[in-house]
Amino acid sequence: MNQDELKKVVLATLLAIAPEVEADELRADKPLRNQVDLDSMDWLNFLLGLHEKLAVDIPEADYAKLVTLNDVLAYLGARVR
Amino acid sequence: MLEFKLPSIGSDMDEGKLLEWKIKPGDRVKKGQVVAIVDTSKAAVDVEIWFDGTVHELLIEPGATIPVGTVLATLLAPGEKAGAPAVAAPPAGRRKISPAARKHAEALGVDVDTLAGSGPGGAVMLADVDAAAAQRSLAKPAAPSDRQAEMRKAIAAAMSRSKREIPHYYLAEAIAMERAQAWLSEANAGRPITGRLLMAAFQLKAVALALQKYPEMNGFFRDGAFQPVAAAHIGVAISMRQGGLIAPAIHDVGEKSLDEVMRDLADLVKRARAGSLKSSEMSDPTITVTNLGDQGVEAVYGVIYPPQVALVGFGRIAPRPWVDAAGGLSVAPVLTASLAADHRVSDGHRGALFLAELRDWLQQPEKL
Repeated sequence: MNQDELKKVVLATLLAIAPEVEADELRADKPLRNQVDLDSMDWLNFLLGLHEKLAVDIPEADYAKLVTLNDVLAYLGARVR
Repeated sequence: MLEFKLPSIGSDMDEGKLLEWKIKPGDRVKKGQVVAIVDTSKAAVDVEIWFDGTVHELLIEPGATIPVGTVLATLLAPGEKAGAPAVAAPPAGRRKISPAARKHAEALGVDVDTLAGSGPGGAVMLADVDAAAAQRSLAKPAAPSDRQAEMRKAIAAAMSRSKREIPHYYLAEAIAMERAQAWLSEANAGRPITGRLLMAAFQLKAVALALQKYPEMNGFFRDGAFQPVAAAHIGVAISMRQGGLIAPAIHDVGEKSLDEVMRDLADLVKRARAGSLKSSEMSDPTITVTNLGDQGVEAVYGVIYPPQVALVGFGRIAPRPWVDAAGGLSVAPVLTASLAADHRVSDGHRGALFLAELRDWLQQPEKL
């Protein structure tokens, strides 16, 4: 899966949880949770959605690494086959 | 003959619009089964029935807006035979009206004496009552169709009533959450993402356990008196993405394991946002918990949702200076828990003891 395909999956997963998000307006280099109203349940569901689609298990200890959309893409990119 | 009435679906709802029947005459139904979908000002709600029986007659057509308490359907009790007269025939000289139509008219507040009957001998039939009710609702100003405006109105009504009727008192307690956080991290490290726990589930369980010792925080204030409830049906304030909020209950939180509370919480949030809550979840929370920590606030002082008598609020768990029991200063993750309670039912002293009990539970994660 290339970076573009991965980004599509990540954005689709995010939009399923926060349908009000305008994907074009998201800054990939800024903290995601400052731009999108995600509470801890939303965040868990976001990661669950990624887990279901990409078969990547994200340990809780790694949450701190996933601040921006770029972080999420890099993290997943290194783990998705 | 049993009557199935539109139940109250929260104190801010006094009418609902029947969207769909899930049953038909002749169906056997079981207690707890979803029998209809009713649209309220807040959400479309799956309405459950509270007894076993066999459906005899559906009295309300989908599309009708009816007040709480309206008889929606009649059912035969288990063992009861169809055809048995449900209501004694009216004495001679009274208006000819079918028993079902009379009940229906009473429920809708339609005066049968003003109705023209279309049945045999001028008897008033169900359809006549419906026609009169429809005429009446046409005469009323059209309700705003916008769900958000309706929800705002419902929240406004409930919160205004709360602030008008309930003498709130407020207490807060800062709680060191080091142990709880460490315990949760360790528990989650060994779990797949599908089985992970959130601090929110942990907090709900702690509230339920604290309530066991302070029952005056759990129940309803109705007709001038407090009615305690033994089980902790905790209403969880869930914000809707399009604005507004809804606070359906997780039942019997005190009896459930942490995993069960977490599973129920995830399910409840999902269904609240998808608009498929059950009537029992909407009608019977005995206390509400609100958590605004994810929004970054330190503390929340809530407005009690009547007829409940207390609300527990949680802020953000954030690193703050902390003085331990030995007088040492350190930085610790601290949570501010607050209580808004009804002074007609409890006093600040008991409220303070309740918060202390809640603090103790939150600091003994292994016991939850």
